[in-house]
Amino acid sequence: MAAAPLLELRGVSLAFGGLKVVSGLDLHVAEGEVVSVIGPNGAGKTTLFNLITGIYEPDEGDILLNERSIVGLEPHQINRLGVARTFQTLRLFLNMSVRENVMAAAYGGTKAGVLRSMLRTPGMRREEQEIRRQAEEHLSFFGERLKGYRWDQPAYSLSYANRRRLEIARAMATGPKILLLDEPAAGMNPVETHEISELIARLRSEAGYTILVIEHDMHVVEGISDRVVALDHGIKIVEGTFEKVATDPRVVEAYLGTKAAVTK
Amino acid sequence: MSQPEDLQEPSGPAIGQDEWVARHGERRSRRSGWIGDIEERARRAPWWAWLVLFVAAFALLPLVSHDGYVRRVAFETALYMTLALGLNIVVGWGGLLDLGYVAFYAIGAYGYAMLSSPQFGIHLPTVVTVPLMVVVGAIAGFLVGLPSRRLIGDYLAIVTLFFLQITQTVLVNGDQIAGHDLTGGANGIINVDPFHLFGHDIAVQHEGVFAVAYLYIAIAFFAVVYVALHFLNDSRTGRAWRSLREDALAAEAMGMPVNLLKLMAFSFGAATAAFTGTLFAAVQTSVFPLTFSFALVITVYTMVILGGQGSLAGVAVGAIVVNVMLEFLRDPGDARILIYVVGVLALAFAFGRTRKLAVLLAAVVIFGFVAHAVAEAINPDWVAGPAANGFDQALSNWVIIPTELANWVGPVSYIGLVCLALALTLMSPRWRYVVLVPTIYLGTFVWENVLLAQPDATRYIVLGVMLIGLMILRPNGLLGERRVEIV
Repeated sequence: MAAAPLLELRGVSLAFGGLKVVSGLDLHVAEGEVVSVIGPNGAGKTTLFNLITGIYEPDEGDILLNERSIVGLEPHQINRLGVARTFQTLRLFLNMSVRENVMAAAYGGTKAGVLRSMLRTPGMRREEQEIRRQAEEHLSFFGERLKGYRWDQPAYSLSYANRRRLEIARAMATGPKILLLDEPAAGMNPVETHEISELIARLRSEAGYTILVIEHDMHVVEGISDRVVALDHGIKIVEGTFEKVATDPRVVEAYLGTKAAVTK
Repeated sequence: MSQPEDLQEPSGPAIGQDEWVARHGERRSRRSGWIGDIEERARRAPWWAWLVLFVAAFALLPLVSHDGYVRRVAFETALYMTLALGLNIVVGWGGLLDLGYVAFYAIGAYGYAMLSSPQFGIHLPTVVTVPLMVVVGAIAGFLVGLPSRRLIGDYLAIVTLFFLQITQTVLVNGDQIAGHDLTGGANGIINVDPFHLFGHDIAVQHEGVFAVAYLYIAIAFFAVVYVALHFLNDSRTGRAWRSLREDALAAEAMGMPVNLLKLMAFSFGAATAAFTGTLFAAVQTSVFPLTFSFALVITVYTMVILGGQGSLAGVAVGAIVVNVMLEFLRDPGDARILIYVVGVLALAFAFGRTRKLAVLLAAVVIFGFVAHAVAEAINPDWVAGPAANGFDQALSNWVIIPTELANWVGPVSYIGLVCLALALTLMSPRWRYVVLVPTIYLGTFVWENVLLAQPDATRYIVLGVMLIGLMILRPNGLLGERRVEIV
């Protein structure tokens, strides 16, 4: 394992009023790793993503990206440092075309000013072509599923599965080092779920992203993860390989309740 | 139904795929017949072709009409078009409900007036004042945006509405700020200089009619703003604005600085409004605080929403429709015929070119003659109303126009019409078709006897009815793209 992790959480805690959503969480993701976060509903998984991306600020603890603290930065600044995410509840720009959704995400990495845009200077046009080319490249990553003729259609015309794919393409367009995928296989049929596993593997091997993924489908988790972290009530209960975590009695208990654990 | 042939996919919808949904739009969009042909051809023409065509047509207007009134209306239309484009930045792209927009228009107009009038004895050159006011407008927009950038929707509307009220209050009471007369108070600022360009004062009146020069200046203003905004829309900033409208949190998470973008949208809208304001002040040669009222905000919003917010061409068309319509309705003579044309067109739109439409129109005509004959038999005075020329003469043989209208008839027939129209929406199609006949006839009766007698109120009633109808039939506006809120 590399010396310093790409992303590191040290004793991160967050409470909403009296409710401790995340408490004393330590987590690290090394460069090139695929780490899965599992846990029952309400375990604090999405809150974890919101903390990393700067939507919430932790009450305690520190979050480091490349050994630099990112606590207190605005979400768009954190994104510029190389963290991109998808949303569990799908937050696409529905009334914009598929291509524009991806192109919009190139905002932070480009710099044509307003005046240059209004005058359409040659430099601005070159940059615009580059944004377009890269957007199409990101969309092509999904091959048959998000085909060319679909790119000019509004995002709302896409199916649920394709919206998930578009969210990933949009996150890719911000040029991240680490991708946070919030339940990428939710709402997909078995074939599509299988494809998502392959896709995540390709996101690492071909595109070179480090990936932190929340997933409920254990087949996906088993297929992709280098490491699995199980959360319950905002506390990390187990961490390790899939086999270790999946068979851990505390994980079984968290998912099924104590009775099941006893009868087992 | 024949399959569209231009798609590469020969197979039908498959499980797990959304081909059908994806192609749904294409299937619906192509209409058959000559309307479809025109639509298809119009869609293929590039955007600048439309702009050039429009500007050319506008520029040729003074050759066709030497009427000063027509020129003045054309000028105002171009002014409103530019104003509406600015509001579109904030509302259509940024998705920010800014009810104080007109305050920036006031800032531009008053700024120009203060720097080019005897008020302070300052007469700066136009080439300095106009750009200066654009900058001042942008800064004002930025400052208003600062406290309100964290607000959305209704909350933002309240803050901006108060800003408009404050601006108006300051303008009205500005004649006694620390003992100095800054804004001329309720009397405004008069004797404002017209534009001074290329070494000439450009008089507003030329040989007694509205100067053509201002028509060209107004359309040039519009074209410059339109082109700049068209390019801006298709740039990273434009995309970011629209992303912010769609989902601010997602935009922020995707690396777009949402707060800054909101301030920019405010600034650009305000700068456009201030830019337009300078031209307004120069042509009016005076500015008064009450011009910049909430009613004007509503008018500009109507233009943006009617045309289709987010679409530049739509907003421009919306401004034309609203302004020209309001002018047309000012004169009952013009409005009288217009309303029948619009009515028949609306029916044709609703029924298509079918036998149903022909039967309906025939039924209305027959119903009219019968009602007319019955009324005449009962009391000849009921149909002996004034009738002047050809069209009116023909019409007065059909519509009941009494010599004198009893006081109660107007309100009762008007309310009856509204009730009938509302009842129509609740009926089954068959009954609706039948009841439509007397409804239309009652409509013409009310129009001829009640509404035409009060043109000032009628203007706004007709505009309101149009808006209601349009919002039901095309909630996205005339040229607006289809929008979804939640899917």
